[in-house]
Amino acid sequence: MQFDQILQYTLSGLSTGAIYALIGIGFSIIYNSTGIINFAQGEFVMLGGMLTLFFMGPLKLPLWAAIPCAVLISTLTGIVFERFAIRPLRQPTPINLVIITIGGSILMRGLAMLLWGKDTQSLPPFSGDEPIAIGGATILPQHIWILGITLVIIAINKLYFYHTISGKAMRACAYNRRAAGLVGIDVRRMVMFSFMISSAMGAVAGIIVAPLTMTAYDVGVMLGLKGFCAAIIGGMSSGAATVVGGLILGVLESLGAGLVSSGYKDAIAFIILLLILFIRPQGLFGKADSERV
Amino acid sequence: MRFRVIPFIGLAVSLLLCSTVFAATPIKIGALFAVTGPAAFLGEPERNTAQMVVDEINRTGGIKGRKLELIVYDTGGDATKAVQLATKLVKNDKVSAIIGPSTTGESMAVIPVAEKDHVPLISCAAGIKITDPVKHWVFKTAQNDSLAVARIYEQLQRQKINKIAILTVSDGFGASGREQLKSQAARHGITIVLDDTYGPKDTDMTAQLTKIRGSQAQAIICWGTNPGPAVIAKNARQLGLKIPLYMSHGVSSKKFIELAGEAAEGIRLPSGKVIVADMLPASDPQKKSLLAYVKDYQKHYKAEGDHFGGHAWDAVMLLKGAIERGGDAPAAIRDQLEKTRQFHGIGGTFNFSAQDHAGLGKDAFVLVEVKNRDWMIVK
Repeated sequence: MQFDQILQYTLSGLSTGAIYALIGIGFSIIYNSTGIINFAQGEFVMLGGMLTLFFMGPLKLPLWAAIPCAVLISTLTGIVFERFAIRPLRQPTPINLVIITIGGSILMRGLAMLLWGKDTQSLPPFSGDEPIAIGGATILPQHIWILGITLVIIAINKLYFYHTISGKAMRACAYNRRAAGLVGIDVRRMVMFSFMISSAMGAVAGIIVAPLTMTAYDVGVMLGLKGFCAAIIGGMSSGAATVVGGLILGVLESLGAGLVSSGYKDAIAFIILLLILFIRPQGLFGKADSERV
Repeated sequence: MRFRVIPFIGLAVSLLLCSTVFAATPIKIGALFAVTGPAAFLGEPERNTAQMVVDEINRTGGIKGRKLELIVYDTGGDATKAVQLATKLVKNDKVSAIIGPSTTGESMAVIPVAEKDHVPLISCAAGIKITDPVKHWVFKTAQNDSLAVARIYEQLQRQKINKIAILTVSDGFGASGREQLKSQAARHGITIVLDDTYGPKDTDMTAQLTKIRGSQAQAIICWGTNPGPAVIAKNARQLGLKIPLYMSHGVSSKKFIELAGEAAEGIRLPSGKVIVADMLPASDPQKKSLLAYVKDYQKHYKAEGDHFGGHAWDAVMLLKGAIERGGDAPAAIRDQLEKTRQFHGIGGTFNFSAQDHAGLGKDAFVLVEVKNRDWMIVK
């Protein structure tokens, strides 16, 4: 096995992993503020890509203008989803909430199919598609965009959670909702914030990945599950652990496809998911009762 | 009271009978297409085309003065649903013949219905096992995978390429292609040095292609339907693969070029003649049908007709010919279909016989190459 082949597998894996990480963080932000797994997270990824295409196609906006519009609409969708599907619930048991998010995801997928059809569509790359050679391997400019944007978003996330009042309030809710409520934090608003942030992040992930993988009404399912897997590896933390979880998952998938068999690509992700849940349910890096957020 | 009602009933019944005598009953044709679901890229153009052709036939007076009535059901690509709908077409709608289904899996599931209830079925799917072995009531219009494979291998032989890598999608279409690629390789003096697969929803195939780059392969053959092959084309360009890349006829529509963009340049694939209709020599017997189909489809649906829709065109026109010659009884339609010779359709020139219910020869495929975002015939 040559070195440049391994390098290529690793680089490809890192860029896919970065996407898993972004989606995974979306999962954990909502989990930490509400205690539910939002299975509609993948649909925001789909919305990001499809809305960008919509703004560029029928509405004829340039790419740089279409992206913020798409993120904005996806975020609004996230808020509406929280306001009308999650908040009105009388008895928010986890199982009810999970079923509601699954229902929400099916609804969004169906609407997207009716609105934009079933065809797979492609987004133009942000800055050309001339391959860049690194050692014996090659990557595309879009891969650099993916890695770069992921890093920036994670950095902003960190700043928000540790250096702003509302970020700190959200962390307080994650530790103890009741106590946070008692000291005067509006817990419901924080829940809405968490949906806002994670739907925006999902949309961004969907947009930056679309030029490489293309997008369709049903891309959210698989990406959502992979992102969930990354979040589990990271122990549902919304910081570095989930990012590392996503990257590990991406690289393992790519190495597995290259060195073992590509038939097992998706199986690898789910075997890891099951192993982590069985052996280390607190995540790969977490202590048994660790700080979440 | 009773005496007053009876004459009315009698009148009503006689009126009903009269009307059936005066306006000849339409000939009912059933159609099963996967208009929604994963195979919608097949079912949608097929439904559109079938409807367009039937409307056209009715507008010009029908068949011997009788109109055609097309009853279309959407199977959603689901074999179980296809069987239920086929039974419905036979039992409730009492159709004379069935067109479709769109995919091989559905067709195989529906075949027992057609065989048991004695209704001719013209499948629009490509799988070789639909008509091999021959089933009494079953025909098909889509070209066999084996013909497409043979077309690629002949070209490779001509270029003295004998070591190839194959990359097939892990669904029915890919599995059937893979089987054909492997079974025909030896006959053409070709060795498959690497045999790999990818999932229909996979979004990154650089791992497989890197493996191929490290192998002895002189060409890659990829067997799949959109969007996988477009991703592979992009990945191959990213990795700077220099060896020729061949695709299957599963991506022979403009959609593929649109998705793969720049990366599609130079890719070759076997295709039905419809995408290069205007480039065919005037001597080609199919040219007339092809041009007419492309023009009509453009007029009706403002979109380019592809060879998937062509399968439905062929099916309706074959039925029309059979009904013109032998009437609309299912058994007569079947017998006349089997006697069809030299029918120049969209998929190729059909010659059915008691031994061959697929009816197409190797000339059904041309090899095309993507040049400047368009198709060119490879000489």
